[in-house]
Amino acid sequence: MEVFDWGVLAIKLGFLLVLLLQIPPIMVWVERRGSALMQNRLGPNRFGPLGLLQSLADAIKFIFKEDRPPGMVNTFYWYLAPLISVIPAFMVFAAMPFASNLTLPSGQVVHLQLADLDVGVLYIFAIGSLGVYSIIMAGWSSNSKYALFGSLRSSNQMISYELSLGLSIIGILMSFSSLKIQDIVMAQAQPLMQLGPVVIPKYGIFIQPLGFLVFLVAVFAETNRLPFDLPEGESEIVAGFHLEFGAMKFALFFLAEYVNMTMACCMIVSLYFGGWQLLPGLPGLIGASGLTGFPLEALRVGLEFASFMTKVAFFLWFFVWVRWTLPRFRFDQLMNLGWKVMFPLALLNVALTAFLIYRGMF
Amino acid sequence: MLIKKKQGLLQPYYLLEIISGLWITLRKMLFDKKVTIQFPEERRVYSDRYRGMHYIKAVNGVENCTACMLCPTVCPAECIHIEAGERSDKEKYPIKFEIDVLRCCFCGMCEEACPKDAIKLSSIYEMSQADRTVFDKGFLLDQRGNK
Ligand code: SF4
Ligand code: SF4
Repeated sequence: MEVFDWGVLAIKLGFLLVLLLQIPPIMVWVERRGSALMQNRLGPNRFGPLGLLQSLADAIKFIFKEDRPPGMVNTFYWYLAPLISVIPAFMVFAAMPFASNLTLPSGQVVHLQLADLDVGVLYIFAIGSLGVYSIIMAGWSSNSKYALFGSLRSSNQMISYELSLGLSIIGILMSFSSLKIQDIVMAQAQPLMQLGPVVIPKYGIFIQPLGFLVFLVAVFAETNRLPFDLPEGESEIVAGFHLEFGAMKFALFFLAEYVNMTMACCMIVSLYFGGWQLLPGLPGLIGASGLTGFPLEALRVGLEFASFMTKVAFFLWFFVWVRWTLPRFRFDQLMNLGWKVMFPLALLNVALTAFLIYRGMF
Repeated sequence: MLIKKKQGLLQPYYLLEIISGLWITLRKMLFDKKVTIQFPEERRVYSDRYRGMHYIKAVNGVENCTACMLCPTVCPAECIHIEAGERSDKEKYPIKFEIDVLRCCFCGMCEEACPKDAIKLSSIYEMSQADRTVFDKGFLLDQRGNK
């Protein structure tokens, strides 16, 4: 690679890292304020405008808190677990496209994606599922019954729902016949049908509603969010796998949870909601801007990025919203739902898609 | 006892129920009145009979207490400490009057027992201190609350 490529890569990497590190504090704030408002409270509103700096205070607290391992922990794995939870969470973003390609005035093309992998979807699923190791390690090394229960539940849940998760996107992969996320997003720009003046694009949600439903539920289970937060189940097993972790180590688990959640939202958006495709109304705005050449290009890419982030933000909010609406499932209900409802539905979706493709519907 | 409720046709499939649940939380969030009291700026109003921090009533700057020792005797928590003395006009008065509020259970017995209407409980409920303060006479004479 030349110097230019390295430079661009470094800038993209830095930007992505900064972006991702901003999301957890903001999400913590959204979660606390959101839950408070839903419960007719106000939530943290003192520090900074609307309490926005509360997360900063939390972060400072996490850094300066005393952090000592409890006796009898398996030290090596105990120190390793938080790292293993964070690293895959960040790694998966390498394959996520944030906008289409940007052509610089010099004619060079910048991909707004760290690595345009041919097997992007597989890569994300492979790396993303590594996260469960950190939970198992954390529970095992803590030498605590509660933590062990938490990690047992988590491994059980993750494996059960990973099946439905994997099967649910097969429909999408079949209808777009690609594993490259950029290709999938591009393909979603095609019109699906015309309803009067409104053109319905070929978004994944319109051609795979059943697959979307299964994917959504499975993704909630995979990210350990309520209503599937059995690994943490405060009322039953205290805090589950991260029970024995304090200070920054706990914060790392927290960070990983939110980054995973962001990734889940990015996947939902990219596979089912057209990824960085412009929101309705924006193409007209670009047309009306009257710019040409590079400024037009920059505006388009900027708006694409903004559209992507808006969609992701909506789903992040959706995660919070669901969390504070639904109570936790019982463990047998969770397993029933996973194996007797989600798994057959996912299989049915694959069969249905195959049949429709065979009949030439897509 | 296990009560089996009759379920509607679609209820076992959660989905519609979840959507209506989501609507409930959204409605609560957007439209409901919030119940939080923003403490230092807004305060809850307690009844006049609320038993909060003690104070000693004074008339013309002289405390009503005659150090009769009824209140330390009746106090179930034994948290009132009085040392009696004599004033120049031969009247008995407390040289030292201390209440260890950390031990007090705010039962109000001292107020009941006092023949001189000297020790009273005010409606002040913010009693947090940075150290283990024993409230002494000067301090107790200062407190008033809503009285
Ligand atoms: S309120 Fe009760 S416990 Fe407190 S000082 Fe008076 S008698 Fe003692
Ligand atoms: S009962 Fe009243 S008068 Fe007697 S010592 Fe206590 S406060 Fe003073």
